[in-house]
Amino acid sequence: MSGMGNPLELLPEMLLLTGAVGGLLLGMWTPQRRQGRVAVVAVLLCLASAALSAAALAGPDVEVFHGTWLVDTITGVVRVVVALGAAVAVLLCRSSLKGRPRETEAYVLVLLAAIGSITLAASGDVLVLMAAYLLASIPLYALVGMQKDSRGVEATLKYFLMGAFVGIVMLLGITALVLGVGRSRYDVLAAVLPDQPTPIVAVGVLGVLAGLAFKAGAVPLHFWVPDVTAGTTPAIAAFITTIPKIGALAAVFRLMDGPFADVPLDVPLVVAVIATASMTLGNLAAFAQDEVLRLLAYSTISQVGYVLMVVAVADRTDLALPALAIYLAAYTVANIGAFAAAAAAPEARTIAEWSAAAGHRRWLVLSLVICLLGLVGTPPTAVFVGKLAAFLAAADGGLAWLVVVAAVNTVASLFYYLRWIVPAFGGVGGGAAGSAASGGPGAVLRLPVVVVHGAAAGSIVLGVAAGWYVAGIVG
Amino acid sequence: MYLTVVIMLPLLVAVLLLALPRLPERAAMGIWVATTAAEVALVGWMWWRFAAEPSGSYGTEFGYEAKVSWIPTVEAGYHVGVDGISLPLLAMTAVLFLVCAVWSLAERRRPRTYAALFLFLQTACMGAFAALDLILFFVFFDLTLVGMYFVIAGWGHGDRRRSALKFFIYTFVGSLALLVGFIGLFLGGDERTFDMVSLTAEPPLRDSPVAAGLVLLAIGLGLAIKTPTFPFHTWLPDAHTDAPAPGSAILAGVLLKLGTYGFVRIAMPMLPDAWQRWAAVVVVVGVVSAIWGALVAFAQQDAKRMVAYTSVNHMGYVLLALGAAGLAGQADAEARGVATVGAVVQMVSHGLLTGALFLLMGVLWARGGTYAFGRWGGLAGPAPVFAACFGVAAFGSLGLPGLSGFIGEFQIFAGSLQAAPVAVVIAATGIVITAGLFLTAIRRLLTGDTVAPTPAKSWGLNDMGAREVAAVAPLLALSLLIGVAPRVLLDVIEPAATTLAALIGG
Repeated sequence: MSGMGNPLELLPEMLLLTGAVGGLLLGMWTPQRRQGRVAVVAVLLCLASAALSAAALAGPDVEVFHGTWLVDTITGVVRVVVALGAAVAVLLCRSSLKGRPRETEAYVLVLLAAIGSITLAASGDVLVLMAAYLLASIPLYALVGMQKDSRGVEATLKYFLMGAFVGIVMLLGITALVLGVGRSRYDVLAAVLPDQPTPIVAVGVLGVLAGLAFKAGAVPLHFWVPDVTAGTTPAIAAFITTIPKIGALAAVFRLMDGPFADVPLDVPLVVAVIATASMTLGNLAAFAQDEVLRLLAYSTISQVGYVLMVVAVADRTDLALPALAIYLAAYTVANIGAFAAAAAAPEARTIAEWSAAAGHRRWLVLSLVICLLGLVGTPPTAVFVGKLAAFLAAADGGLAWLVVVAAVNTVASLFYYLRWIVPAFGGVGGGAAGSAASGGPGAVLRLPVVVVHGAAAGSIVLGVAAGWYVAGIVG
Repeated sequence: MYLTVVIMLPLLVAVLLLALPRLPERAAMGIWVATTAAEVALVGWMWWRFAAEPSGSYGTEFGYEAKVSWIPTVEAGYHVGVDGISLPLLAMTAVLFLVCAVWSLAERRRPRTYAALFLFLQTACMGAFAALDLILFFVFFDLTLVGMYFVIAGWGHGDRRRSALKFFIYTFVGSLALLVGFIGLFLGGDERTFDMVSLTAEPPLRDSPVAAGLVLLAIGLGLAIKTPTFPFHTWLPDAHTDAPAPGSAILAGVLLKLGTYGFVRIAMPMLPDAWQRWAAVVVVVGVVSAIWGALVAFAQQDAKRMVAYTSVNHMGYVLLALGAAGLAGQADAEARGVATVGAVVQMVSHGLLTGALFLLMGVLWARGGTYAFGRWGGLAGPAPVFAACFGVAAFGSLGLPGLSGFIGEFQIFAGSLQAAPVAVVIAATGIVITAGLFLTAIRRLLTGDTVAPTPAKSWGLNDMGAREVAAVAPLLALSLLIGVAPRVLLDVIEPAATTLAALIGG
């Protein structure tokens, strides 16, 4: 239980940190046009970190630093997914930032935010959670701010102000918890919180939930998502809408399964209501979007709602943990794939422009269709298995109404994913239209296209191999 | 393994068609036809082996079984097999895809993608009929939607985007209702599993009638949208009218059967008590669909829409029979068995005849670009082959003895009479209306002065070509075969179907 534990358990995080610090130093002594080598270092260290984490998944659960850092199934899954996601994000950034002045800095910030995301998931102490919140937030403000046009500035300001405000609310919640209990570790909180006065618990729980809902981009703290997504480059948007969310959702799951499990407050209902609001509002708002990135931004809001279904029943059913494991991985793959498709034609803002620029590429469109239908949850993609597992977990946890809400929302989501699929598919084979437009809204970048194909293939492989994946993780 | 090859072969060829970069379009079409022909041969062999010793017990014994664990934590897996009910539908599916491939040899719009899409669709359809796992069934069920959506949106005519979207959304709602129902079955069972065989052997939710009723409602809703029955049929005419002819043939011939097959394979054996309790509702829905479909079909001014609505009518009979099979208190097992057999025969027969009718509608579209009754007339003179084919298909569809439609409908009415006499009498008037509408259609299209639209692109009013005849004739021949020698089909269906009827109330 107590004691430092073995700090080497944090080797995957240390590798990412090495990538960040080493990358920064390397970048400083590297000429502008050679900055690609920083990307290579960053990607390699991400992959090494992911491999190490995957190897550690099979090992027993351990605690490090007096139980404030937990290495278990949740941490393991988040580590692997975040490290791989960060590697892909670096690749995507490379294609859009190549030769720009702030290239190295972007990679460094990506890696730092990735460490913050893992820390969110791994923390076993509310004070560490607060530190993780800041570590997962501040690099992202800077990343968004790199786009120095008016939309970028607006997005940065909105993101930063909202993040700072919610951070204070979260700190208030943590203060309330620590005030009542006198300790900050999860296991102590879990034992003592049920006996605390309800108002203190309510302030504490809601404050912490607010902070994590902000990181996850869940309603009602979702306002930054569309602006930030549309205000930055597709590559950075892919990162911001995926990686920090994973960590935040895993953190809520851990809290729901431990400290918040037996408090005198129906926290699962609160989370279920947030889930309902997220998927419903996300879907409704996505209907009217013409811009690729804004559409995807609202789609990520609704996707968070489905994960929160699982989170709500974290301590009520054994099906919850496998559902979380598969959904987080599946969502990451499909979402990065969809954003990579947007990154492939960075000049194209609207769906029509995208279809004109890239619609004539048969394979790209096919992979995009797989990624988008994957987000809907069409079999045999991974998100289908994730959704199925989420539905099962929620129904088993006594939230059958939430399953019906989620099913209705899934149908609704089909509308706006089709709004992109249909024009894109219409471009296939329209040879004349395609070649005429190729001189129009920008060319198609090669690297993101590879990522889209990889994501589509990964989505199907993960879906088909879901059984082995879950069995390998949960045992 | 054999069955897996049968299911996956089309998908494999589809991937190859897309992957080979320099493949000429003509060669792609040739490969498509060859693949579907091979499928027919493979299923034919399966039939020949199966007919030698048909399995008698329903829901627990299957031929060509294969089982691989997929998601062990929830007991879902790749589990396929055939029995006396799925085999005829598999055979019908293989035949329909073959004739559609032959029909499409003249397709000029992106033929390679088109062929790949149909092959993908074939895998999805065959897989759904062979699936013995709820999740696997759902996977294939959903993939048929995706495939058909792109067929309509990509190769349809008229307001095809809108029709395709309506079809996709509508049936997607159905598939999600189905998924919710499956989750109910999973959570309601003693040992939690998605395996159909286990769920049939030990039906879940036996002690909780309310929960079982709700699960049946969810599953019934999903299947009713797919079938479609009144009042969920409104997606059907639009999707059919704007789809290309082979797309309509597959949609009506195969995809609608997924709905009725779901009732037989999932709803009835897994929720026998609830099915018995709510059988009267099913009967009423069936009768209303039959009458409503016939009346609305009669009112159409568009030949293809008329054919589409007759599907609602024919599926209504199937539902009537399946509902009557559940009325265990009112009828003995033997009569209910006859009704169940009739329902399955009707599914096969409808697939063949409506497939043929939709392809014949494609003949009209290829010549004149319209289906309107007012634009065509007196075709018997200039196009005798078309007239003959349309006549046979129409008479078969209205239930003339000697063709397959009669076998199915006769058994449905004979088997249901004891359980639900009033319903049968009302539904039988549907036959009269159908007869009226098909005779009217024959009169308007085939007799009188020759009238034909003359758009500039038309290449004249010539009769059906060899390709078109080669596609339509096998369907009519099979219908005739079943009508004249029904034992070929009944010997396969009867053992399984009568056991199913005995399962309810047993």
